[in-house]
Amino acid sequence: MFDFDHGSIVAFSKSFGLFYLIALSIGVLIYVYWPSNKQRFEDAARNIIHDEDKPCR
Amino acid sequence: MVTQLTQNERFLGLIILIALGCLGLVMAAAGQHDPIGMHGWLVVVCSIVMIFVLANGYFAPEPSEARLEHYYDDPSKVGIVVAMLWAIFGMFIGDWVAWQLVYPDLTFDAAWSSFGRIRPAHTTGVIFGFGGNALIATSFHVLQRTTRARLPDQLSPWFVLLGYNLFCLIAISGYFMGITQSKEYAEPEWYADIWLVIVWVTYFLIYLRTLARRREPHIYVANWYYMAFILVVAILHIVNNLAMPIAWNQAKSYSAFSGVQDAMTQWWYGHNAVAFFLTAGFLGMMYYYMPKRAGRPIFSYRLSIISFWGITFMYMWAGSHHLHYTALPHWVQTLGMTFSVMLLVPSWASATNALLTLNGAWHKVRDDATLRFMMMAAIFYGLSTFEGSFMAIRAVNSLSHYTDWTVGHVHAGALGWVALITFGSIYAVVPWLWKQPRMYSPKLIEWHFWLAMAGTLIYVFAMWNSGVIQGLMWRTYNESGTLSYSFIDSLVAMHPYYFARAFGGLLFLLGAIIGFYNVLMTIRMAANVETGDEAVIGNPAAAGE
Ligand code: HEM
Ligand code: HEM
Repeated sequence: MFDFDHGSIVAFSKSFGLFYLIALSIGVLIYVYWPSNKQRFEDAARNIIHDEDKPCR
Repeated sequence: MVTQLTQNERFLGLIILIALGCLGLVMAAAGQHDPIGMHGWLVVVCSIVMIFVLANGYFAPEPSEARLEHYYDDPSKVGIVVAMLWAIFGMFIGDWVAWQLVYPDLTFDAAWSSFGRIRPAHTTGVIFGFGGNALIATSFHVLQRTTRARLPDQLSPWFVLLGYNLFCLIAISGYFMGITQSKEYAEPEWYADIWLVIVWVTYFLIYLRTLARRREPHIYVANWYYMAFILVVAILHIVNNLAMPIAWNQAKSYSAFSGVQDAMTQWWYGHNAVAFFLTAGFLGMMYYYMPKRAGRPIFSYRLSIISFWGITFMYMWAGSHHLHYTALPHWVQTLGMTFSVMLLVPSWASATNALLTLNGAWHKVRDDATLRFMMMAAIFYGLSTFEGSFMAIRAVNSLSHYTDWTVGHVHAGALGWVALITFGSIYAVVPWLWKQPRMYSPKLIEWHFWLAMAGTLIYVFAMWNSGVIQGLMWRTYNESGTLSYSFIDSLVAMHPYYFARAFGGLLFLLGAIIGFYNVLMTIRMAANVETGDEAVIGNPAAAGE
């Protein structure tokens, strides 16, 4: 059975990052290149250029 | 400024100040002759001063509802002036440290002015005093513009700004008295640390509350960087400062960590302080003020998101590159080294994204020193991250560690990246905040730019040279297998470089003083426009805008 000793904790700390970082990267890439997000990103980049003092809530 | 607060907010502010003053009295009474007692008095004095400021407008009528149609910028205005004051203080002390390394007699035989005390006064003054205030001030400005929402209330931003400066004062006055918990960039003792946690949580809540009110559906990337800065600094600060005071009325405490765990925790903190204090927050500045100033959207918004997640998640693992060849397990060192090298990718993605944003607007960069500040900052960001990734390689680190090469790398980042992007952003935001067409004198911005460039280059080249010479001298052996040079030989070889560095630093400091003058005169210009007197406006024919 799985032994919860020093060796297995070290093995876990050495490897879990590999999986979650790859998963994270894939997630980010999907979000960034999701076609329907394109317009939203372009708007976001453009919208900040204008008006400095316009109202708000 | 006080009259802009609602009567309710003034009342709450008064309560907070009275409570703080009482707390100071308790510290002073319980601490007595311990340095914590002195800090108690400092808290009392600061509270009383602020009570007087508040009293000045306390009974003024309620401010008009019309204020709610505009963004709330008073804290940003004060924050920027305070940041410039800290810049001058911190860099003055930094240059003093530099001259002490040239002429050791410049301690003047006093304890408070010894190298070990004024060095942290320099690092805290520039990083937390200058950098921190600039980040707080600009974050409030950027947050409101990009979300199109006003700050949720008018009291909490003041609590954050003033409370944060109280922390800086306690920290730096403590070093002069000899207080330190000897963790670099986390020197202040437990009571200052607890206070900072309270301030910082309030800061994060302001961010969340404003975002909850936002009108813009998408959260602009600059806010992500600012939020990463606030959130991660909170986590780092709390974990690294876990400690037990020897008594509740004494300043000294003992860390919860010891041995190599202590070292790893400290440099996990230390490197992420670089990543999230000195990098993420300032990237937030860059992603807003650079496109605004250039009048062009960021080159690739997608790339900015990818590099955001790359930077935030890879930096977390890089801290162990500060502990090469120590008792830290070898694989942890290798892990830190690998992540540091990979970190180059998102770092250069950000730098490239910034430069490509300017591509097509080079004529603006040529004419406008403000934009040039930002462009050079992006170049130095690329340079110092390349250098960092290189120094993180174990074999390279065996040469660079303990030498001035590290100090050169630090200031390529600190002067070239952090300070330049901050000055550029301040020159952009000051006319907007005070509703002026431009800064008081574009010529003086030009002067500041060239002084800053000259200062940075002299500083960095001096340290690169001296660092590599130091490193090589320490590892040169003669035929009989003993060291060719004594330590004192290497010290003598450093002398001319230390002189050059101190001179370069002086130029950089002069630039900052000129910048402060320019900011003050712009504020005066605004005050005079209100009273109808145009006489102080500088020469409009000068270059740039
Ligand atoms: C007028 C400009 C400046 C001068 C003359 C200056 C000078 C110095 C000196 C002499 C040291 C000590 C080096 C040693 O122990 O050998 C130092 C350390 C340091 N300075 Fe500066 N500095 C300046 C500006 C800045 C700025 C603007 C920042 C940050 C935004 C900064 C951040 C630091 C840091 C983080 C260290 C510690 C480096 C380490 O431990 O390796 N400095 N500086
Ligand atoms: C990819 C990005 C970066 C990497 C991989 C990196 C890597 C490194 C390495 C290897 C060291 C030397 C550690 C030692 O030998 O003790 C170091 C020191 C340092 N770096 Fe960086 N660096 C990066 C970016 C930056 C930036 C942008 C700044 C500043 C704005 C900065 C500020 C510092 C400071 C303050 C230290 C000195 C720490 C100390 O010993 O007190 N770094 N960095």
